[in-house]
Amino acid sequence: MTLDSGSIGPLADTGPVRLEVKDLRIELGSSHAEVVGDVSFSVHAAELFGLVGESGSGKTTVALALLGHARRGLNISAGEILLDGANLLDLKPGELRELRGAKVAYVPQDPSAALDPTLRIGFQLREALRVHPGAVDDLESRVTEVLRESKLESTPEMLKRYPHQLSGGQQQRVALAMAFACRPSLIVLDEPTTGLDVSTQRHVLETVRSMCRSYGVAAVYVSHDLAVVGGLVSQVAVMYAGRVVEIGPTEQVFRLPVHPYTRGLLAAVPSPERAEVLTGIEGHPPRPGQKPKGCAFARRCSYALDACFVERPVPIGIGDRLVRCLRAREIENESHAARVAVPAATAGHGEPMLKLRGLDASYGRQRVLFGVDLDVYPESCTAVVGESGSGKTTLARCIVGLHPNWTGEMAFEGNILANGARRRQKGVLKQIQYIFQNPYTSLNPRKTINQILSEPLEHFFRISADERRARVIRVLEDVSLGTDFLGRYPAQLSGGERQRVAIARAIVVEPDLLVCDEVTSALDVSVQAATVEVLRRLQHERSLAMLFITHNLALVRSIAQSAVVLCEGRIIEIGSVEEVLEHPKEPYTVRLIEDVPKLAEVGSAPEA
Amino acid sequence: MAVLAPPSGIVGAPRLRPQWVTLLGAAVRTRRGAIGVSLAGSVVLMAVIGPFVAPYSPDQTVTFPFAGPSSQYLLGSDQLGRDVLSRVLAGGWELLLMALAATVFGVLIGAAAGISAAYLRGRIDGLIMRTVDVLLAFPQLVFALLLVSIIGPKIWLIIVAVGFTHAPAVARVIRSAALEVTERDYVKSVELQGVRPAKVMISEILPNLVSPLMVESGLRFTYSIVLMAGLSFLGFGLPPPAPNWGYMIQENRIGLSLNVWAVAVPAILIALLTIGINTFTDSVARVAIGVESRPEEALIEEEGIRE
Repeated sequence: MTLDSGSIGPLADTGPVRLEVKDLRIELGSSHAEVVGDVSFSVHAAELFGLVGESGSGKTTVALALLGHARRGLNISAGEILLDGANLLDLKPGELRELRGAKVAYVPQDPSAALDPTLRIGFQLREALRVHPGAVDDLESRVTEVLRESKLESTPEMLKRYPHQLSGGQQQRVALAMAFACRPSLIVLDEPTTGLDVSTQRHVLETVRSMCRSYGVAAVYVSHDLAVVGGLVSQVAVMYAGRVVEIGPTEQVFRLPVHPYTRGLLAAVPSPERAEVLTGIEGHPPRPGQKPKGCAFARRCSYALDACFVERPVPIGIGDRLVRCLRAREIENESHAARVAVPAATAGHGEPMLKLRGLDASYGRQRVLFGVDLDVYPESCTAVVGESGSGKTTLARCIVGLHPNWTGEMAFEGNILANGARRRQKGVLKQIQYIFQNPYTSLNPRKTINQILSEPLEHFFRISADERRARVIRVLEDVSLGTDFLGRYPAQLSGGERQRVAIARAIVVEPDLLVCDEVTSALDVSVQAATVEVLRRLQHERSLAMLFITHNLALVRSIAQSAVVLCEGRIIEIGSVEEVLEHPKEPYTVRLIEDVPKLAEVGSAPEA
Repeated sequence: MAVLAPPSGIVGAPRLRPQWVTLLGAAVRTRRGAIGVSLAGSVVLMAVIGPFVAPYSPDQTVTFPFAGPSSQYLLGSDQLGRDVLSRVLAGGWELLLMALAATVFGVLIGAAAGISAAYLRGRIDGLIMRTVDVLLAFPQLVFALLLVSIIGPKIWLIIVAVGFTHAPAVARVIRSAALEVTERDYVKSVELQGVRPAKVMISEILPNLVSPLMVESGLRFTYSIVLMAGLSFLGFGLPPPAPNWGYMIQENRIGLSLNVWAVAVPAILIALLTIGINTFTDSVARVAIGVESRPEEALIEEEGIRE
């Protein structure tokens, strides 16, 4: 992210301490198992502080504790949260209520769920000010002012709109405006840009930053996306299994990470500059109450010694940092693992496997795709990129047969494809397989993994039960899951494991073309890396043709050979990945590439 | 990515039991559920073992009509001088079995109609749901009475008639629950394989409707009991002399001032049974929507799911 990053450091240190968290401990109400423990950090005025980690690391739990809130079943059992010197954990419920919104504000992850769909924007903004009458002098002028500051039109028309009449980016700006309205001292942002595409995300982040600056607000930014955090915050805490494993200035932490977990997270971030093998972190964090005796990360750590499984590490100071790792000093001197380049693969050759000509698609009366021509070659991966609303998912759904409302010509291996899956031959249905975006909804929660994987085999092949079982086991190994997954239900799997099961379900029938629709957008960065790597390996090993739909340009480099840029339903650029990413012709593509958050732009970036 | 250790975090995790077992278990453990089960359970238990422990034959005249309670006849006698206690003990199981059969019948038809309407959409949806609207216009009891009065009181007919009157309401509820399930990606995923609609409905959609189905079944079971008792009371149930709680209320009400127990006991039993089942059903519904679910599980779900 090319945010104005030069001024982060000096300014941050000068302001007074706004927020200080000391030895915070949060436990399960019933079993007193630790969910979050020993969390300490402080944030200065006008400083942005990042809290990063995978799902389940406890970062959202800490963020909510900053508002004096613990989710049902959780208890804040020890520690202090000092806001301008006063411990907000000592406050009575009534005092806490006065504090929230006025002095501490919260920006939720999903603005479409946080804004009341039945109330106008103006009402919701004024309401925030009305419940805290002392916060500002003139309510109406503050509303206009805060709208302008959050880069929204400060017109009466804007105030009369309902949330559904705004775009996702605008909704998030309204949520920001509501949070900043009462001029709080502390603002907690819980992954506020996760649902937005890169360009919108970039603009929202710039707004967050300028607003924190101008008010001297301390901000805590919670995210799993290291590239976003890296370009935004000056101090960062990396959380794992409810504890801070590494904390310090962003520039140091990201440039030379010490804790193996931080190293792993950073290695998982894709880069649009280089085609690299992405390495994820295998496994998942321990659940509360099941934490091992020693270091919680030891089981997943490639640096782990025997001592790591026994002894719980205490924070060790390295430079301006604190690292919770027994081997911190040794690891510090070991070089950060170099990234491995993806072996060059040749782009499409021969006859295209899938051929689209003049494809028009519409939802009801609204046209979504306009004259799309696309060729997908055997044994090669084509990436389709574009912002949300560009029609890329519709394109995928037309191809696989989920969206029958299209005209034009679509041919697969020379045969014309019918409009919907119901009208296609069984053979074609087997050859083209689709992987859904969200693994939390694409697996039937009432079926075991074995059932989920066996059923397509039963449907497409006449093979014996033994043969079927053998194939299921083989495909589970292919996606790096063991046979102990056979009897489990999706609810017992993490997001990454679920998506691998979804991949396994698609490849178990030995298709020729795999259509992947934003398959990593619901996953953490570290899990995304592992998932993309599984797909890349399978595509190569099985000589699959693949259509990889994504809004994340950084991923394209690691997996695809050719790229197609989709803008408002039209293909505006097409070519090899190198051509499109390095010499984009269209301004739209240039902007898409620029807006991708990049790790290389962390901090003041002294080296090239 | 060469070697992968199995994610040891959940290796020891218990295997999930079928959802209905989990739901029932969780419901019984709530206070509300425990009260419901003990109320309904004791009445059911009485109905089941009653016929074997009844002191007299239920059809045998043992004393004068409407005798008050005595040490020999604990609840007194009825209009024909039969022992009320024996008739109460013997007259429950038949009612319970018939109510159960009617519930199963009604829920099956209703669920089939509801799922079909939700999944197939279009004209079939319209046809099914408009039929449901028409049937719902008749009060249940009137509809059942109509059928029974045309054909006559037969066990199978009472079951079918009562069950059939449940179907429209069940169809409504199940359709709305199923509508949401049909939109899920795993349903789309099997559609993409070209799986037949009937199989999609049975194997993908039905298993995800376990909790609404359980709640509906509980509710319809109490309605079945009340309806059947009502039919008996109106004289359209099984003909005498078979003992039956509903019919007992009707035949003994003329002697209400002489022996109140001949009416009160069957009425109280029916009330306890329906209240118990309703309370339990309520707790199942609460558990199903997570109101009373365990917080640890809720936490893990929340932390794990992020889009």
